[in-house]
Amino acid sequence: MNQKGLFDVISPIMVGPSSSHTAGAVRLGLMAKNIYSKPIKKVDFTLYNSFAQTGFGHGTQKALFAGILGYPVYDKRIKNIFDIVKDTKYSFSYAEDLSRHPNSVDIVINDGMKISGNSIGAGEIKIIEINGFSVSISGTYHTILLMYKDKPGMISTVSKIIQSENINIASLHCDRNEKGGTASMYIALDAYAPDSVVKSIANIEDVYYTTQIRKLDA
Amino acid sequence: MIITTFDELKKACNENNKTIWQITQEEEAVNGDISVEDVRKEVLKHVVTMRETIQTGMNSTEKSISNWCGDDCAKLVKRYTSNKHALFGKLFEKIITYAFATSEENLRMGRIVACPTAGSCGIVPGVLVAYAEEYNLSEDEQINFLITAGKIGSIISNKVQLAGAVAGCQAECGVASAMCAGALAQTLGGDIDVILNAVALAMKNLLGLTCDPVCGLVEVPCIKRNPILSVHAVTAVELALAGIESKIPVDEVIDAMRQTGQLMSPMLKESSLAGLATTKTALKLKEKIFEKQTK
Repeated sequence: MNQKGLFDVISPIMVGPSSSHTAGAVRLGLMAKNIYSKPIKKVDFTLYNSFAQTGFGHGTQKALFAGILGYPVYDKRIKNIFDIVKDTKYSFSYAEDLSRHPNSVDIVINDGMKISGNSIGAGEIKIIEINGFSVSISGTYHTILLMYKDKPGMISTVSKIIQSENINIASLHCDRNEKGGTASMYIALDAYAPDSVVKSIANIEDVYYTTQIRKLDA
Repeated sequence: MIITTFDELKKACNENNKTIWQITQEEEAVNGDISVEDVRKEVLKHVVTMRETIQTGMNSTEKSISNWCGDDCAKLVKRYTSNKHALFGKLFEKIITYAFATSEENLRMGRIVACPTAGSCGIVPGVLVAYAEEYNLSEDEQINFLITAGKIGSIISNKVQLAGAVAGCQAECGVASAMCAGALAQTLGGDIDVILNAVALAMKNLLGLTCDPVCGLVEVPCIKRNPILSVHAVTAVELALAGIESKIPVDEVIDAMRQTGQLMSPMLKESSLAGLATTKTALKLKEKIFEKQTK
């Protein structure tokens, strides 16, 4: 378990009213933006459980949308975000699924990438799924994400590339849909890796997709 | 290595002849790979935001999205500016007014410092800013106050997730009150034993506090709970300064808090399925808000 420091408790500086339903929602949006890392023209949100039931009174919809647009959690404009921003299409739908976290959302960007995440309390978040692959990304570290053909040696090839830049790996996780099928790997780093690292990983045979996700700074 | 229990914290203070805030700022500097000055600068930013929130909050009567709350702090301000004074003096007036102002600013999507959470954001600033004004605390002393409060909160959060949905309001407003008690005891010159007793006494008397917000909003009972529990913190400090001890050591109080949170029905943990949230009046409001949402 990660030990909590001072600024996990006295923070964030945020717009209210709820660390989980407002700040957490902004951060889920920000993380989705970082993961997608290309211009966003359209975004569709599905809010689950408590997010769906009490989101309106907490400004959860405003917060998610503001996050997708890159507004930090302390930005006072979040309150009026739907009046300010007119050129990004959005929709909200609501569902109940008790197998999911109480504060849970699916974010579909540009009808392509689907990102699911939870707001787990005190403004902290966890991205749990990207395009159907289980992940656990909290935004506290820069993270390299890749999808590839499940086969031996991939972890060592990737970690060697990262090591060549003298960057420390804080944690590394893998998942696959079936043996020899498609696998996903996400690697938390102590420093932001240069673009050349991501390019080298992308050039490994049988890597389908890779990106580096910036950690959240607000 | 971060200190994760109050027992370890006490040992570290005694062995190194240092205060909680000294140990904590060094710890933060090492873990964040920054200087102690930078840690303190960052903390100051939070103190400044707390002051700004109070100023904004005291001068606003803007209602919340539910249109139910937001104009109560103004009533306190009016009372104290019309020659009526609180029974316990100016400090008391300021504490409850500032805590109230912060909580109301929170519900109208104003900028606040979650401390430890948004729902409990009024308690620490209420006491810190009021005391700083009335007793001319230096900027450094205010930073020390907030570092001490933060360390207490972070130790508790290593055992219990500070979220109403996980352990009820005892883990939000309860912890805020305990953080505040320890920090004020420190500011008033209490040694590590006095500080930990203040934390234990504040926390112990809020065990079992449920999270049953009406319509799931951070409004009822959250807003008024902030001023009331900021005063609760001061009571704990007075007892501790007199040398009154918590018979149950603070680490064990936190264990009890965690257990109480686990045993608490999920219906009383931020789900709005029982308690105040399902009273006749609450259900009526819920219908109204739902109408507004679907419009």
